[in-house]
Amino acid sequence: MNTLHDDAVLARHNLTRGEYDLIAKLIGREPNLTELGIFSAMWSEHCSYKSSKVFLKDLPTKAPNVVQGPGENAGIIDIGEGRVIVFKIESHNHPSYIEPFQGAATGVGGILRDIFTMGARPVALMDSLRFGPLDNPKNRSIMEGVVSGISSYGNSIGVPTVGGEVYFDECYSLNPLVNVFCLGLAEKDKIFYAKTEAPGNAILYVGAKTGRDGIHGASMASQEFGEDTEAKRPNVQVGDPFKEKLLVEACLEVMERRIIVGIQDMGAAGLTCSTTEMPAKSGNGVEIDLDLVPQREKGMTPYEILLSESQERMLIAARPDQVAAVKEAFAKWDLDAVEIGKVTDGGRLTCRFHGKIIVDVPVSAVVDLCPAYNRPWKEPEIPARRRSGATIPLPKDSNDILRRLLSSPTIANKEWVYRQYDHMVQTNTALLPGAGAAVLRIRGSKKGLAMTLDGNGRYAALDPRTGGKAAVAEACRNLACVGARPIGVTNCLNFGNPEKPEVMGQFKAAVEGLSQACKAFGIAVTGGNVSFYNETEGIAIDPTPVLGIVGLLEDIDRVVTPGFKASGDTVILLGENTEEFGGSEYLEAVGSISGGAPPEVDLDREIAVQETLLEAISEGLVRSANDPSEGGLAVCAAECAFHSPGKIGFELDFSEDLRPDAILFGESQSRILLTVRPENAARVLEIAAKREVPAKVVGTTGGAALKIRVGGKLLVDLPAAEANRLWMDSIPKYFAATKSPS
Amino acid sequence: MKFGVVVFPGSNCDADAYHAFKDALGQPTTYLWHKDHDLRGVDCVILPGGFSYGDYLRSGAIARFSPLMREVREFAGKGGLVLGICNGFQVLLELNLLPGAMLRNKRLKFLCQYVTIRVENDKTPFTRKGTKGRVLRIPIAHFDGNWYAPLETVKEVEGNGQVVFRYCDSEGRLTEESNINGSLNAVAGLMNKEGNVMGMMPHPERAVESILGSEDGLVVLHSLLENIS
Repeated sequence: MNTLHDDAVLARHNLTRGEYDLIAKLIGREPNLTELGIFSAMWSEHCSYKSSKVFLKDLPTKAPNVVQGPGENAGIIDIGEGRVIVFKIESHNHPSYIEPFQGAATGVGGILRDIFTMGARPVALMDSLRFGPLDNPKNRSIMEGVVSGISSYGNSIGVPTVGGEVYFDECYSLNPLVNVFCLGLAEKDKIFYAKTEAPGNAILYVGAKTGRDGIHGASMASQEFGEDTEAKRPNVQVGDPFKEKLLVEACLEVMERRIIVGIQDMGAAGLTCSTTEMPAKSGNGVEIDLDLVPQREKGMTPYEILLSESQERMLIAARPDQVAAVKEAFAKWDLDAVEIGKVTDGGRLTCRFHGKIIVDVPVSAVVDLCPAYNRPWKEPEIPARRRSGATIPLPKDSNDILRRLLSSPTIANKEWVYRQYDHMVQTNTALLPGAGAAVLRIRGSKKGLAMTLDGNGRYAALDPRTGGKAAVAEACRNLACVGARPIGVTNCLNFGNPEKPEVMGQFKAAVEGLSQACKAFGIAVTGGNVSFYNETEGIAIDPTPVLGIVGLLEDIDRVVTPGFKASGDTVILLGENTEEFGGSEYLEAVGSISGGAPPEVDLDREIAVQETLLEAISEGLVRSANDPSEGGLAVCAAECAFHSPGKIGFELDFSEDLRPDAILFGESQSRILLTVRPENAARVLEIAAKREVPAKVVGTTGGAALKIRVGGKLLVDLPAAEANRLWMDSIPKYFAATKSPS
Repeated sequence: MKFGVVVFPGSNCDADAYHAFKDALGQPTTYLWHKDHDLRGVDCVILPGGFSYGDYLRSGAIARFSPLMREVREFAGKGGLVLGICNGFQVLLELNLLPGAMLRNKRLKFLCQYVTIRVENDKTPFTRKGTKGRVLRIPIAHFDGNWYAPLETVKEVEGNGQVVFRYCDSEGRLTEESNINGSLNAVAGLMNKEGNVMGMMPHPERAVESILGSEDGLVVLHSLLENIS
């Protein structure tokens, strides 16, 4: 019977009695409080993936271009010419709800460290954000804080925030989602890993000093929130982008000079995580003296030192003959680099404090032996397909619906957000934010990199499997629309409490869906993050899988943008309109009818549509491309007008035997709206026919109005300038209270 | 002509400026470390954009104490060409090499976007390849670009023709809306009385390649090149 710690202590550490007994068995005795803290952090859901592991096994993680799959700080994909990309997405949902500015800022700081710790210079950031409706001042204040936090950190450190997505839904009011993506570029032969290599190597602590901030952040992210959420504010760390900028330069310098053997950032679970994971990977142990750890505050206990999540810190393993050079390199950037211990061959983490050994545990027990749970799950109930929507009355005024959709914050222009981010620093941004994907040139190469974040919680709530599939399909479609082919995937899976069978069932189904889609596209998932417990006061978010997919453009000069290029161009629709309304913004706009099934995703069709577009682009035929997503075809075409110089209008004409509102606002998948010069239309239709993709000419660009006819009736007729104003002003008007002080 | 790009801790447009002068302009370019006391014989000093020392106290306020600033001050005093971009402009104000100060942008938000600016004085080493009245499309990215100075200073600066660029609309008109950050007299670029030191908030180094959307920044770079005889 293990009795050293009572149930209250275990509950505070978020460990079950069963887990505690296992710890005692693994280390051959009962752990002391500090050791308990170590296990608590490393066995937390956030660090151990104990509830999700079983289901994540299903994800495709191998492909010929994968250099590093899941398990390291970030995934690595070979892009040829001796270069690799290093990328990952991570959530900072819980901290961002408690303290929006610092929560989001440190989310950026954390993901940046995951990238440069592998030897890559971070070249792009993106954020997937979800908030509650903006008419609630609390949601506005969260959004304002999150955006300022991202802006403050990313701008200062000088990594451009090139894109992302922002959604609004009531379910995110108490659980905003902040998922941060970072991508770095490295030379293939200069990648670094988190390893200690050999006994006798030195362990160096570099970067900021350790304080009492963020203690047990990992455990916090592994619990639901209740009324005491405010009291958790001290669990949120405080970011210092300036310090991190120095850290980036110093770390990249010692890596470039190859004067270290391994490196890992201190993120979740801080010093504990790095001093166990690094030796575990090399089959070594580590012995450190906690008195040597640079500390910001006096009187810190071993428990606090080991579990602090103070930001901007890294752990380095170096050969003894390299130590002096490492210290010198960090001194140049005015940073601490302190030898706090050495690599041992015992496979144990040993920590001394005031001369006494206070921690002595096998690193493998901490890192690898956390129990994996096969939690009970319940298959989600999927509503019958195409049922919802058929019962709603046809709209009297489609112009009015389009106006409402364009002003819906989820659809409206996001310039208010992205102009607060420096999206051009480093001078590689070839496509400015606002399109479905961001595009970066690669210096010294003809190629370009495209990247996008996508997810739709509403679809996933109605049918998690389809929601998972749709997220992958749409992300790849966004890449195709700029002329890129997908090459790698990272994902951020935001769900409720996994101890509830309904939530676990959603998770399982969503992972199956996205897994199936990734396999169809032949792309591997190289890492990511699972964020459970997105529940406050028992209310869970919609299951929200967010996909970060990176694509490659063979020729950056062939990049395609969504805006129309000229009047008189021919508009072509690839794919097929259907009567699918479930989960659509249209349903939301006409009266919040939820239910129904989300639009079906036929992966074969999806790939054929994208291949058609890519072939047409490679032949230089396509002048603009955009995919109908939230808000359907009418919104999609309107966006092409808004992105064009001088707001070029259009006249489209549809004659299918479908409900007109399905054609205008339905969100059926696998469709792309593109424009070509009139003389090239036939060739595009020919490419589509060859691939058995439905395609037809649906109109022309030109004029100053958005005009759509269905079955001969002019249902949409809005001046482009007026529509553009609605789309542009929607988000800023919620924040208009911020006036000039003068 | 040899260019030197100063690197402060927290500079983050240093590499962009280096790339612009070295690769786009094709001139010998070197980094100048803030802790050194050596300008390495450059003909023009660039103070790049970024967040020197984190800009925690006030933009540019700490950078002015960097060791290398002694040499930069001397260099400027002898008529050497100094270009401060964004944070570099803020540093020049803190160094008192240029008059006035920066306030937060009028809407109290960081702003990153393309703006249009008008060449106000084409008889400067920084604009002689431009024509007075020409409108340039160049990006900005700053929080504190709202230039301010006492009335007498403004009068003097205007009288001397020290205003080099003003924010304007795409047709070159000065409107309240086009004065994006609320600067007095829509000042976007300013030089000293002697005409050898200029600060500008827009980033010319971000507008030197067509793939990125504009080459208008080359007006400034090419102008600088004209100064060597």
